[in-house]
Amino acid sequence: MNLVVVLFAIFALVCVSSSILMVTRRNPVISALFLVVNFASLAGLYLTLNAQFIAVAQVIVYAGAIMVFFLFVIMLINPAKEKKFLEYKPQLKIFALVIAFLVFVQIAYIIFVAHPSNDVTRDVAQSVKAGTVEQIGRELFTNYVLPVEAVGYLLLSAAIGALVLAKKKFQ
Amino acid sequence: MQIPIEYYLILSAIMFSTGVVGVLIRRNAIVVFMSIELMLNSANLTLVTFSSYLGNSIGQIFVFFVMAVAAAEAAVGLAIIIALFRNKLTVNIDEINIFKW
Amino acid sequence: MINLIYLTILFPLIGFIINGVFGSKIKNEKVIGVIGSGAIGLSFLIVVFAFFETLSLPVKERTHIVELFTWLKVGGLDVSIAYQVDQLSLVMALIVTGVGFVIHVYSIGYMHGDKAFWRFFAYLNLFIFTMMNLILADNFVLMFLGWEGVGLCSYLLIGFWYDKDFEKSTTSAAGLKAFIVNRIGDVGFLLGMFLIYLVFNSLNFAEVFSRATTFHISEHIFTLIAIFLFIGATGKSAQIPLYVWLPDAMAGPTPVSALIHAATMVTAGVYMVARTSIIFASAPTAMMVVAVIGVFTAFFAATIGMVQNDIKKVLAYSTISQLGYMFLAMGAGAFSAGIFHVMTHAFFKALLFLGAGSVIHSMHEQQDIRHYGGLKKYMPVTYGTFLVAAIAISGVPPLSGFFSKDEILWYSYTNIGFVFWLIGVITAVMTAFYMFRLQFLTFHGKSRFDEKKTHPHESPRVMTIPLIILAVLAAIGGFIGIPELFSGEHGNLFHSWLEPIFKSAELKLSYFGSHSHFEEYLFMIISIVGAVAGILVAGYIYLRKPQVADRLSARFKSIYRLLLNKYYVDEAYDATVVNPLVNTSKSFLWKIFDSKIIDGFINAVASWIGNLSSLIRKIQTGVVQSYALVMMIGILLALFWIIMSL
Repeated sequence: MNLVVVLFAIFALVCVSSSILMVTRRNPVISALFLVVNFASLAGLYLTLNAQFIAVAQVIVYAGAIMVFFLFVIMLINPAKEKKFLEYKPQLKIFALVIAFLVFVQIAYIIFVAHPSNDVTRDVAQSVKAGTVEQIGRELFTNYVLPVEAVGYLLLSAAIGALVLAKKKFQ
Repeated sequence: MQIPIEYYLILSAIMFSTGVVGVLIRRNAIVVFMSIELMLNSANLTLVTFSSYLGNSIGQIFVFFVMAVAAAEAAVGLAIIIALFRNKLTVNIDEINIFKW
Repeated sequence: MINLIYLTILFPLIGFIINGVFGSKIKNEKVIGVIGSGAIGLSFLIVVFAFFETLSLPVKERTHIVELFTWLKVGGLDVSIAYQVDQLSLVMALIVTGVGFVIHVYSIGYMHGDKAFWRFFAYLNLFIFTMMNLILADNFVLMFLGWEGVGLCSYLLIGFWYDKDFEKSTTSAAGLKAFIVNRIGDVGFLLGMFLIYLVFNSLNFAEVFSRATTFHISEHIFTLIAIFLFIGATGKSAQIPLYVWLPDAMAGPTPVSALIHAATMVTAGVYMVARTSIIFASAPTAMMVVAVIGVFTAFFAATIGMVQNDIKKVLAYSTISQLGYMFLAMGAGAFSAGIFHVMTHAFFKALLFLGAGSVIHSMHEQQDIRHYGGLKKYMPVTYGTFLVAAIAISGVPPLSGFFSKDEILWYSYTNIGFVFWLIGVITAVMTAFYMFRLQFLTFHGKSRFDEKKTHPHESPRVMTIPLIILAVLAAIGGFIGIPELFSGEHGNLFHSWLEPIFKSAELKLSYFGSHSHFEEYLFMIISIVGAVAGILVAGYIYLRKPQVADRLSARFKSIYRLLLNKYYVDEAYDATVVNPLVNTSKSFLWKIFDSKIIDGFINAVASWIGNLSSLIRKIQTGVVQSYALVMMIGILLALFWIIMSL
């Protein structure tokens, strides 16, 4: 039982419970807040994986920017609380639950049958090196410079698109 | 003791399935959207896990791009929801069936 | 200039596009006429240059292929848009563009004031475009394209005045008849083409003809190919049994009759037979069929022509008869004589039609020669040129018709037999008779029309100058083909020009047999005497004793009726082919097969799909979540597939 295992256990627990709570809460604001918790715990998990840059980016981009955006929209629209789980079309919802559970079972089955830990053993030094800002920045601005540019344009056009869509009236 | 890679993968699978449930049973479009973000993040976790275990940064670079695309998607998707709300005065997706001709 | 030969095809196309697209906007008749005629004039110039360039080359290098681009490449079939410039195609191209240009100019005067002036010129240019494709093609497919194209133009131009009545129906019905009868011939041509491809594995002229001489192929196959091709030729060139469309084609404007239905298009069949001469020469049976059909067509059409009263109908039957001569020449293996007749016939028959057009124009669309008479003093130019043409067609030396016709008759005697010569000469006498009947009834004697109402007048100069040009050509055109008998050591210029084209065919036929010069002189004199006799008889009957004609027709009433009604061929075709076809189509194909079976089937399928769709559409709820659910089921199945393959 070293620190990493303890941290993993804590973050994993928070992660699972917050995601389940996010899906089950009827008030969207509460859901959004649980999602923020989920993202924060994910950032912690990234740190246990030695992915420093992604962990920081997760906090800044997801938990910070995107979730704030979500909360803004929720408060702007102020939707009513949802009905209770079995109040509306219960058969369909139970069917959906069964489907989701089956998907989970299948994925789990695949993971255990494939048993990747046989093939993949972790070299800590390597993984630390892979996750540094230096390494990722080097890769991004040498081998992946074109996708970075493309993503830049994508974000620009998304910003323009959001602006146009959310404008009150088309002139 | 090392954490076996399966732990991360199963955690990711749980998050993904939870996201699926959210998408399938929630009526509020924004929550559905958040569930999609959850699924995206579960995929990100898988990518980072493999990147870390293989000692290769490509997976993390991929996650970086996924984040950028998710941000763009969130912007446009939420704008669509706002536009929809302005027209229909609801964000309950089972009340919005304009796909049906 | 030879390499620029495609321009002769391009110019008419450009003219067609300009007149066809912008013609209705231009409105100015002069501009349209100049564009239309100018395009053909330019083509003519290029052909003339190409001709002289070819002439300056040694005999062996006179065939040129100008390849533009590949048209089709399917399996082993490789068809190019390629033009073959050789002696034969140059002669035809000179005729088509030269006579075509003259007729275009004439049309400016003739069509003056027509509401669709531009359309007329557009169609004429399109015709020249397709005709040049037919002539210059270096493969059967391109030739067929031209072949169909001229048929289309013929149809469009016969029905040019589509709102006018013609005989029992309308001009568009006449156009339709031409089109459909031609289709029957086209089937023959197509079958011939398919068979050629099957046997020779190519549709390129040069390849097919060289293989025809080298491959060992049974004569029956050659006969079959030749007969199929000849069926195509009978359709386009109005031979028995498919000639019935040509008289009806006179519904079109007269320049059209001159250009398409006398000078150029109808000779396409002759050209095709000449082009494929090697195939025909390898099939003696087919040659005999061609000769027999040709001579009988010549004879029967001439008998019908003797009693017709419509000026254009007489000329139409005369055209059929002359085409019969050309096929007689082909059948007799005298290919260059046939082409020679194509040329001289183009001159004098175009002239006759244009003269007739001039007369019709001044007589306010009256076409019945019984209502003409004494027009000589009103329209001297038309009279003079018409006379030249009539003498030329009758075969009086030294005008062009004499040389070509006499050559055909001579070869039909030496190569296939006396009977052909005899029928040919009788036909020639009849030709002289009916042409001068036409001449005398139209221009001589007393006027048989109301001179107070009708004021005949000479046509404008834009029409008379083409007449004069053609008259000169009809008069002297024969001199390039003076028989060896007269020219001595120079030989027959026209023959020696075309000789390389027909050499292999003539080698295969190899007609020997010695005929003395005495015979040749004798036969020539007989035919001249016959022609002169025909003219004199016509003069006697129609100038001196007009009542003789009536008495004769009363005496031989049944024959006269038979001829006047064209042997009832149209009626017979109606009764045996057209009506049964129309009746079955109406009663069975339309009412039962089409409306019940086909429509019923279609409706059943449609309603079945409709019902099914109204069931299936319920799946499409339009709610995003249900789609997502279906998607998840899909993922489930995909994962299952992965698991199964682990």
